[in-house]
Amino acid sequence: MTYFDAAAAAPLHPVARQALLAALDDGWADPGKLYSQARRARQLLDAARATTAEILRVRPDELTFTSGGTEAAQSAVRGGLSGRRRAGDRLVHSAIEHSAVLYAAGSAGVEVPVDRQGRLDLDAWREAVKSPGVALAALISASHEVGTVQPVAEAAQACAAAGVPLYVDAAQSVGRVPVPDGWSLLTASARKWGGPAGVGLLVVRKGVRWPPGHEDTGRDLPAIVAAAAALRAVSGEQAAEAARLAPLVDRIRRVVAATVPDVEVVGDPDDRLPHLVTFSCLYVDGEALLHALDRRGFAVSSGSSCTSSTLRPSHVLEAMGVLSHGNVRVSLHRETTEADVDRFLSELPDVVATLRAEAGVTDL
Amino acid sequence: MTVIDCLGQRCPLPVIALAKRLPGVPVGEVVRVLADDPAAANDIPAWCRMRGHEYVGRITTDGAPAYDVRRTH
Repeated sequence: MTYFDAAAAAPLHPVARQALLAALDDGWADPGKLYSQARRARQLLDAARATTAEILRVRPDELTFTSGGTEAAQSAVRGGLSGRRRAGDRLVHSAIEHSAVLYAAGSAGVEVPVDRQGRLDLDAWREAVKSPGVALAALISASHEVGTVQPVAEAAQACAAAGVPLYVDAAQSVGRVPVPDGWSLLTASARKWGGPAGVGLLVVRKGVRWPPGHEDTGRDLPAIVAAAAALRAVSGEQAAEAARLAPLVDRIRRVVAATVPDVEVVGDPDDRLPHLVTFSCLYVDGEALLHALDRRGFAVSSGSSCTSSTLRPSHVLEAMGVLSHGNVRVSLHRETTEADVDRFLSELPDVVATLRAEAGVTDL
Repeated sequence: MTVIDCLGQRCPLPVIALAKRLPGVPVGEVVRVLADDPAAANDIPAWCRMRGHEYVGRITTDGAPAYDVRRTH
């Protein structure tokens, strides 16, 4: 099976597995207690925090571990809004945020559009963040669905000028590409970088208005230790992996457009994540395409409505105005080989042609 | 006006129905697609852009969404 859904969850990094097993033996006690086993657990937690903070270039006491990326995103939105409720109750956000952010925003949200490539409309953003009653702004570092890198530095400047804190959802960037400075809140998810599921990060910079919180000593300590170990490992490999995967993504974009008729390859062609590529095949049912690829041994994701539990198309593809049916997202990771990509590219045209023939749409 | 009833059909079926019918109407004529699948609101304009036809707009008829497309070539 060729796994191409690293943007949902990357395979566990071997360093994370080693660290997890070691921490199960050594870090099972409650780090909040005062006996020697507890002190050992506390040491492991502190070391994991120090490692993670150093890689993110933040202070250890600015970092909180959460039970996952979704909880981190919800905490960032709710805490950020609550801490600034005297300034207002509005959350300015891009139209392509992760659904966890949109869900947490609820009726407080003010949406800023993106262009056809999935890039934030900076002029609209500048206007939105300086309007009255804005408590917080939220921008994803790079689209989790189409890979387009967002203008975080420029968006942060606009927020600073307006005195509005910026929350950056960096789930697809941490461990892959550098994230620009200038934000007040940042979240990430360990399973996106090869750590275990169930570990998220929330960074609250010093000076950010934040409601009084709890200490994160009760979380899954072995998983946190493994997440930190994986982050250290992937950070060391980050530049080399990006340089290895980006040409494979470029090859997928180029070859799919050339060999599959009536396909729309979406997202910015250049300013994009190195590991993620998305395209939509005209007249093809997204769910049928996923199942056909699964039968050929490829695990991919889709933003098509028929593949979602809500039966709505991806809000990201909608915001871009690109075709949402027949959609496939391929996301690569450290175990992906050139041969995996070549096999995918050699089989995809036939998979799509077969589905179109079955649906009687070949000559449309 | 040619009206295609795709109510109750899931995408990509409304787009396929439009692609099959549009060549049968004269250039300049409008085809109306009745479609209540949420993806149609996005995918019909996207199809028009990909195929170079004019997306006229969305209206509501008898409480159901409808999309007008003009054949331009």
